[in-house]
Amino acid sequence: MVATASLRDRALAVLEDVVDPEIPVLTIADLGILRDVSVQGDTVEVTITPTYSGCPAMNMITLEIQTALARAGIDARIHTTLSPAWTTDWLSDAGRRKLAAFGIAPPEHTSSRRALFGEAHPACPLCGSTDTEQISEFGSTACKSLHRCRACREPFDAFKCH
Amino acid sequence: MATTSIAIQESPLVLQLFRRADDALILGHRLSEWTGRAPALEEELALANIALDLIGQARGLYSHAGTITGHTEDQLAYLRDAGAWRNCLLVELPNGDFAVTIARLLLFSAFADPFWRAASGSFEATFAAMAAKAEKETAYHLRHAGEWLIRLGDGTVESHRRAQAALDLLWPYTGELFATDAADTALIEAGVIPDPASLRETWNVTLGNMLSRATLARPVDGWMQSGGRGGRHTEHLGHLLAEMQHLQRTYPGATW
Repeated sequence: MVATASLRDRALAVLEDVVDPEIPVLTIADLGILRDVSVQGDTVEVTITPTYSGCPAMNMITLEIQTALARAGIDARIHTTLSPAWTTDWLSDAGRRKLAAFGIAPPEHTSSRRALFGEAHPACPLCGSTDTEQISEFGSTACKSLHRCRACREPFDAFKCH
Repeated sequence: MATTSIAIQESPLVLQLFRRADDALILGHRLSEWTGRAPALEEELALANIALDLIGQARGLYSHAGTITGHTEDQLAYLRDAGAWRNCLLVELPNGDFAVTIARLLLFSAFADPFWRAASGSFEATFAAMAAKAEKETAYHLRHAGEWLIRLGDGTVESHRRAQAALDLLWPYTGELFATDAADTALIEAGVIPDPASLRETWNVTLGNMLSRATLARPVDGWMQSGGRGGRHTEHLGHLLAEMQHLQRTYPGATW
C-alpha cells in the first residue's frame, strides 16, 4: 500500500517536468491534458487527452512521458481518452499566468459557443492593453490565433478558447 | 513491389465511420494541396490548420474503425482502392480557384457543424467523444469559410463572378450530404447518428444568411450527383489516392 502510493507520487513528480513541446513553459498538468495517474502492480497507468483532434504534439508528448518515466526507472502504459473532451477551462490558473508571461494571451475562462464566436480582444501579453485586433484566427499552431496590439504595435499569439 | 489492397467487411457502424473519416481525410488532403500556394501568409496558416483538424478527425475515426476490423489507421487510409472509399463526391473535386476551395469548405462545414453537434449525443460513446471535439473545430472552419465567401461575393466584380461560379459548380454535389441508405437508417434508429435530412433546415438557414450577406444567389436545386457513399467516384479521387497512397504502396509498412 505504501509502495503503491510512493510509486504514484514518484511518477507524478516525474510528470511535473514533462512540458508541451510547442509551449515549453506549460507542463502537461498545467495544460489539463494529464487526466489520470494510477498504479497497477508495478506499472504506472497514465491517461492523457488530446487538445485538438489533429494536435501533432500528442505523439511527441506520449513519447516524452514514456521517456521521462523510463529514465526514472518506472514502467508505464499510456492511454489516450477522448471523453470528456478537453476544453480550455482545464488550463490551470498557474498555466494561464505562465502563458501570459511567455507572451501568449491566455484563453477567456469559459469555453462556450459564444466565446468561440465572440469578437475576441484579448489583452496584449506584452503591454497589457486591451486595444487589440485579430489578424487571423489561425496561428502558428492549431490552438492559437494571431493578434496585434494597437497600443504597443506588437503582434502576439492568443490561446484559442475551446 | 506494390502492397495488396485490403477489402473490408463493413458493418453499418464501420461503413459510417468510413463515410465520416473519408470525408474528413479527402477534404483535409485537398486543403493541404494549398500549402505553399495560398494567397496570403495568414491564409496559408488557416488552410493548413483546417487541414490538420480534418486529418486529425479522420485519424480518430479510422482508429475506431480499425479496432473493429483489425486494421491500423494507416492501412485503412493507404490500402483501400478508390471503389472502397465512402466520401461524398463534393470533397474529392479538385480545388479549382480560391473561390471554389472556400465555397466547398463552406458547403461542407455548414453540414458538418450541426452533424457533429447532434452526434455528440450519440449512444455510441467513442463516436460521441469524437463528435464533441470535431464540433468545436468545425465551428471555426464554418466561420472562416463564411467570412471569406462574404468578402469574395461582396468584393470586386471579378471576385463576385468567381464566387458565384464556384457555388453554381458545386451545388449539384450538395444533395449527397443529406442522402441516406439502409445502413444509415439502422444507425439513425439506434441513436448512433443524427438523421442528415433533419439537418437540412439548419444548413439552409446558415447558407441563406451567408449568401445574402455575400450578395450571391442561391443556385436552384436540380439534378444532384451521388455515388460516393457507395464507392462510385469521380475520376479525381483515383488521382488523389495515387499521390496520397504512393509511399505506402511503394514501400509497404514504411514508418518515419
